[in-house]
Parts: sequence; C-alpha cells; structure tokens
Amino acid sequence: MFTGPFKYKNALFVYIGGWLALGGIHNMILWSVGFSYGLSAIDSLINNGLLAAECLAISNTLKYYRPGKGRTLTLTLWTFALAGICVFISWWALSSIYEGNAEYIEFLNESLPVRYAISLLILGWFVMLSWIWYYLQTQQAEGSRKADMEKLAKEAELVNLRQQLQPHFLFNSLNSINALISSKPEEARRMTQQLSDFLRGTLKKDEQKPVTLQEELNHLKLYLDIEKVRFGHRLNTNINSEATSLEMKIPPLLLQPVVENAIKFGLYDTLDAITIDILSKVEGQMLVVIVKNPFDPETAHPKKGTGFGLDSIKRRLHLLFGRTDLLHTSASDNIFTTTIEIPQSV
Amino acid sequence: MIKAVIIDDEPLAVSIVKDYLRDYKDVTVLEECSNGFEGVKAITEHQPDIVFLDVQMPKINGFEMLELIDEPPHIIFTTAFDEYALKAFEANTVDYLLKPFSKERFDKAMQKWMEKKAESNENVTKELIESVAKQPEEHLRVVVKQGSNIRILPVQEIHYFEAYDDYVKIHTADNTFLKKKTMAYFEKTLYTSGFVRVHRSFIVQLSQITRIEPMGKDSHVALLKSGVRVSLSKSGYSRLREVLGL
Repeated sequence: MFTGPFKYKNALFVYIGGWLALGGIHNMILWSVGFSYGLSAIDSLINNGLLAAECLAISNTLKYYRPGKGRTLTLTLWTFALAGICVFISWWALSSIYEGNAEYIEFLNESLPVRYAISLLILGWFVMLSWIWYYLQTQQAEGSRKADMEKLAKEAELVNLRQQLQPHFLFNSLNSINALISSKPEEARRMTQQLSDFLRGTLKKDEQKPVTLQEELNHLKLYLDIEKVRFGHRLNTNINSEATSLEMKIPPLLLQPVVENAIKFGLYDTLDAITIDILSKVEGQMLVVIVKNPFDPETAHPKKGTGFGLDSIKRRLHLLFGRTDLLHTSASDNIFTTTIEIPQSV
Repeated sequence: MIKAVIIDDEPLAVSIVKDYLRDYKDVTVLEECSNGFEGVKAITEHQPDIVFLDVQMPKINGFEMLELIDEPPHIIFTTAFDEYALKAFEANTVDYLLKPFSKERFDKAMQKWMEKKAESNENVTKELIESVAKQPEEHLRVVVKQGSNIRILPVQEIHYFEAYDDYVKIHTADNTFLKKKTMAYFEKTLYTSGFVRVHRSFIVQLSQITRIEPMGKDSHVALLKSGVRVSLSKSGYSRLREVLGL
C-alpha cells in the first residue's frame, strides 16, 4: 500500500495553509470590489471549501487507482468536470442564499467564467502533483521488489554453488588421490581425471537447459566411480535403464544429489557393503527415475519430513515444473526408495 | 614399541596414514578399523598409545566412539571438512589433520604428540568431547554401551534421564543404561529435542508426561506414560509450565 502525502505533517500544514491563503485572497478581492465583509467570507468559504474537498477526494482516489499512460485523457476530462461541478454547486448555493441581492447575483453570474478558470487551474495543478507523488511511490516499490528478487536469486546461486562443490566429497577425494600417488600412481592419475571431469561437468551445466537421461547418467557415473574408489568394496551400484528412457529429458544435475543422498545414508547408516539401485523407465508422458538404498530402520527416521536431505530437490522440481508431487519417498523393510517423475513437454 | 590404531571408513585414508608412519620404525599399527564399533573393540583390546581417528563414520561418529571408552587414549583426529568439530579442535590441545594432509604436517602432529606423551591426556580428550559442538545427528541419538554391546538410542525412545553419582542413568521403556556424562550436558544438547530439566536429578521427555499432580504443600510430580512419577523442583516446575505454555 502507498502512503498518501497527508500522512506527512509538513504536507498537511502546507495544504491547510495554502487553502487559508487562497480563501483570504478571495475574500479580500470581493471585499475590495465593494461587497460586505460577511458576504465575501461566505462566498470564499463555499467556493474554496468545495475545491479543497474535491482535491482531497482526488488524492484519495489516485491512491488506489491510477490510470495508465494511455488514460491521461480520462483524468483531464475528470478535472474539467470536477471544476464545473464545483462552480455549479457554489453558484447554486450562493444565489439561493443571496436571492434578494441583485447586485451580487449579477456579479456572481458575470464572474462564473473566471471562477471556472481558477477552479480548473487549481484542480489541474493538484491532480498533476498527486499523480507524480504516487507515480514516484510505485517506482520506488518496484525498485525495491526488483532488488529483493535479485538478492534472492544471488543467494540461491550461492547455495547452489556450495552444494555442488561439496567440500566433504572434494577433500576426501583429494585425500584418496594423495594416498594412491605412492602406491598406485596409474589409479591416482585416473581418479584425478575423473574428479576434474566431474567438477567441470557441474560447473558448465546450464540449469535451465534440460539434458538427456543418458548425459545425466554419464555425469553420474563419474561421480559413482570416484565414490567407489573412496569406499572400496563397501559401495556397489546397479544402473538399470529402459532403452527408451535414455532419450528422455531431465534437468541437469538433478540425479547426482539424489544419489549422493542415497549413498550417504546407505553408507553411514549401515556397516555392511551396500548396493545402490538406480532404475529408469517411461510412464506415459513421464520419465520415472527410482533410487534405492538400504538403511537401518532402528536408528534412522526416514519418515520425518521429506526424509533425509531431499528438500532442496523437491524445491527445485517445484521451481521448474510448478508441481510439488514429483518426488516421493517410501521405506519398507530396510530399503529406502526415492522416486522422481520428470514431465516430458512435447 | 609404540602401539597405534587407525580408524577411518575409507580404506585409502587408512593407507595414507600407514604410508606416512613407515618412517617411524618404533610405531606398529596393530589394527585398522573401518568404523567406531571395531574402534571401541580395538582400543579396549590393545590399549594403544596413539589413535588416528576420523570424525564422519558409519553409525557412530568419532566423538561418539570416544564417549564409549572409559580411558580415552591419545588421539590425532583426521577429518576432511567439519564445521562443527573444527572450533573444538582449535580450542583444545588435541591435534587434528585436515585431509588431504602433507607428510610435513603429519610429522608436525607426531612431534607434538611425542612431546606431550608424558603428560596425562585423559582430561584433555574428555574435555574435548564435552566441549565439542554437537554434530547435527547427535541431537537425535545417544550412544550407550551395554556390556560389550553398543546400542544407539534414538532420543524419542528415552523416557527420562536420572542423575546417578558420576553417571547419568538413561531410562527407556524396558531398559536402563549408564553413561559417564553430566546432567548439564544432556540438558544442553537435548533441549531442542523436547527434553526439559525438571529437577536437579531429572531430565524428562515432554511427550512422556501425561499429568502433573500436586504433592504436599507446594511441590509437584509429573506422571509419565509408563506410570513412573518424577518429582519436580520449584524451578523445574516453572520451567515445565513455561515450555508447555501454561
């Protein structure tokens, strides 16, 4: 909501002071022409009181409704009409009050064009001021909204970047490479390559451009290969894709955090070797990807919330497709299943 | 001979420590463990002089593992990136190695340890365990030892804690466990998990309370679902009222 100018004390004082001055001048002019002081005051009061009221009404209306750029004509017509209404009402009121004063009635009738011109001038000037006031306020609100949005976007980008860089993963991988350098230099070299390819993949991907599932899986395999070096025989993976699903589109870097989550909970929640299953298929207009990992129902509580760290993926799917029902999880026995559906726009 | 144990869930992380230790002819690695359970066993069995310990490991992390050992040995922590633990490390004299670490850094840690070896380190390690900023998962579970078994208790299963000399007695539906900790420690770490200190000797899980009854002139007891009555101190009673919004 916008603040009207009269919320500011100074503006209110200027407004009231202005009308008093104007009313005073009006009064003085009539009096100097030769009318009685009382008559001059009443004429001034009715005329200027009406004008002041109309000005307030204009300011209030413009607060809630501002005609767009093409509608300035409407505003002008309204100004002309309001000036007319003001002059008509004050003429009607004054001529009924001073019915017997022929000299005054004649003067009143003759001064109508002047009165109209002055009213029009004051109203027009006031409409313009009000319009500018609220226009500036709109601009200001728009500006701060834009700044807020930019700030939000930047923050999201930062969080995203931090998530992608995954310091824990990165440093542990480097530690593994460090260990391999003396014992198995060939493997160290290969792992360095895989890590570089993986990082380059996460950096250059354009969030908005969907990739094929095949591409996403290739990127995922780099990640899995590195994790397998780190965890040795404890980590096994099984990727099973329907041939048709490989050509389907998927937002880039969507699967990796899901699988990372599965590995984390699989590996840190059990002591045994684990197998992560990744299945993909096509159902109607949907690409369906299912990730399964074992967990220990006695110590983990997957039913809490969305279960584990999948909230950010849910949020991303919501941003991309405007739907909140694309990711679901279920737990049975000691297998935790994450299912993602990706709508295929044809 | 200096006895060493290496505990890390990543085999290559174990091998690099072993690799660096090759220069230390008098150090013998007695066991390599890939999780905290094996770690507890190995430390109890071998009473090593030095333990290289990872923080993030399956089931129980490095700190939780240390809690289960009555007389913790000298520890050099090895960790990749741990925003929770780093502060505690820096405040304490126990050394830590950030992965990946160089041979030079490793040697420095060893040297520091050799100089300190003479001093008793029990207090240092215990202090560290108490002061360490909790890992997020530790707000959700308590690790206890029952004979030679290690149990991980989700906090929801704990009805109440009771002060018990130097120990804290943990009551669940069908069992009690002793843990060498202070009441203040549990009060602080489990505050966000729905536990309230209601008495000098009691911390109760809110969802276990069915009724609060007056007892005597101006004291109260809380009746738990299990039928147990827990007395409330004056300040405990007002704290409970505050938390329950009464």
